[in-house]
Amino acid sequence: MSALSIAVTLFPRGIDHYLVGGLFVGLGISVIYLGTGILAGNSTFLETTLSYASDLPRFQREKYVTSRDWRVVFAVSIVAGAAIYEFAFTADAFVTEVQWWRLLGGGILVGIGTRIGKGCTSGHGVSGVASLSRTSIVNVALFIGVAVATALIVAVLGVTP
Amino acid sequence: MSDDGRGLLFMALVVAGGLLHGFGLAYSRMARPEIVLDFLQLEDFGLLFVMGGAALVTGLAIQLGTRIIKTAPLTGTRYTGREKGFDRNVIIGGVVFGAGWGLSGVCPGAGYASLGIGNYRILWAVAGLFIGAYAQGLWRVHRNSEARERSAPGD
Repeated sequence: MSALSIAVTLFPRGIDHYLVGGLFVGLGISVIYLGTGILAGNSTFLETTLSYASDLPRFQREKYVTSRDWRVVFAVSIVAGAAIYEFAFTADAFVTEVQWWRLLGGGILVGIGTRIGKGCTSGHGVSGVASLSRTSIVNVALFIGVAVATALIVAVLGVTP
Repeated sequence: MSDDGRGLLFMALVVAGGLLHGFGLAYSRMARPEIVLDFLQLEDFGLLFVMGGAALVTGLAIQLGTRIIKTAPLTGTRYTGREKGFDRNVIIGGVVFGAGWGLSGVCPGAGYASLGIGNYRILWAVAGLFIGAYAQGLWRVHRNSEARERSAPGD
C-alpha cells in the first residue's frame, strides 16, 4: 500500500481542518492562560453553574463560587465562537442524528466522570497533556480507550447513529 | 459580579479566549458528535490532530509563561502547568467519562460549541452533563455523611 492510500484510509476527510481547528482550540486556552495564569477547563463550569441553584456543599466551595461568573462568560463565548464559524464560513446549521438516549445517557456519564476524574478533554486532554502531567496522561489514555471500546460495542450492536 | 476583583480586562480576555476556543471546536468539526464517533469507531483518526494541535499550542504557552514571563500580568499569579493529584478518582472518573464519550460522542466543551453551530438536539447531552455533575455532588454528600457516621465514636 502506498503512503498516500494509507493516509486516505486513516484520514478520509484529510487533516487540514482538524489541525487548524486544534490550533485555535489551543490558542483560546493560551490567551486566557498568558493573561491570567489560569488553564481554563470546560467541565468545572457544570459544577460552578450548579452553585447558583444548589446549596450542596460540593458546589458552594469558595473556588467554585468565585470563578462561576467568568466560567459562564467562557462557556457563552464558546457558543458564540462556534456560531461565528458555522454561520460566517459554512452558512448552514448542523443538527446531529445521534439518537436522543445516546446523547442524554452519554451526557450523564460524562458529567459524572469528568467531575469525579477532575477534568475532561480540555483540562486533562489539552492542558494536562501540554503540562506532561502523569495524572492527566493516565486519565486521557483511560477515557480514550474506554470510549473506543464503548463506541465499537454500540456500533456492533447495530445502533446507528 | 464576583470576578475575584479582576475587572473588565480579565473578562475581555475570557471572552476572547472563549471565542477562539469555540471557533476552533466548530472549525475542527469536533462539535459534531458524528465526527467524534467516527474517530472512536476507528474510521477517521483526524481528531488526533485536533487534540495534538491544541496541546502543542498550549504547551508552548506554558513554556513561555513558566520559563520566560514568570508572572501573569492580570492576576499577578505565577504560571504553573496543570498538575492534579493522582488518586483512585482519576481512574474511576476516566472510565466513566470514556463510557459516556463513546456512547454519545460528546464532551463538555464540544457540547457547548455544538449549540453554537445550531445543533439544538445537543441539549439532550447538555442536560445530561448537568444531571451527571449534580448526581456526583449528591453522591459525595452521601459518602461523606456515611464516613462521618462510621468514624463517630460510641454509636
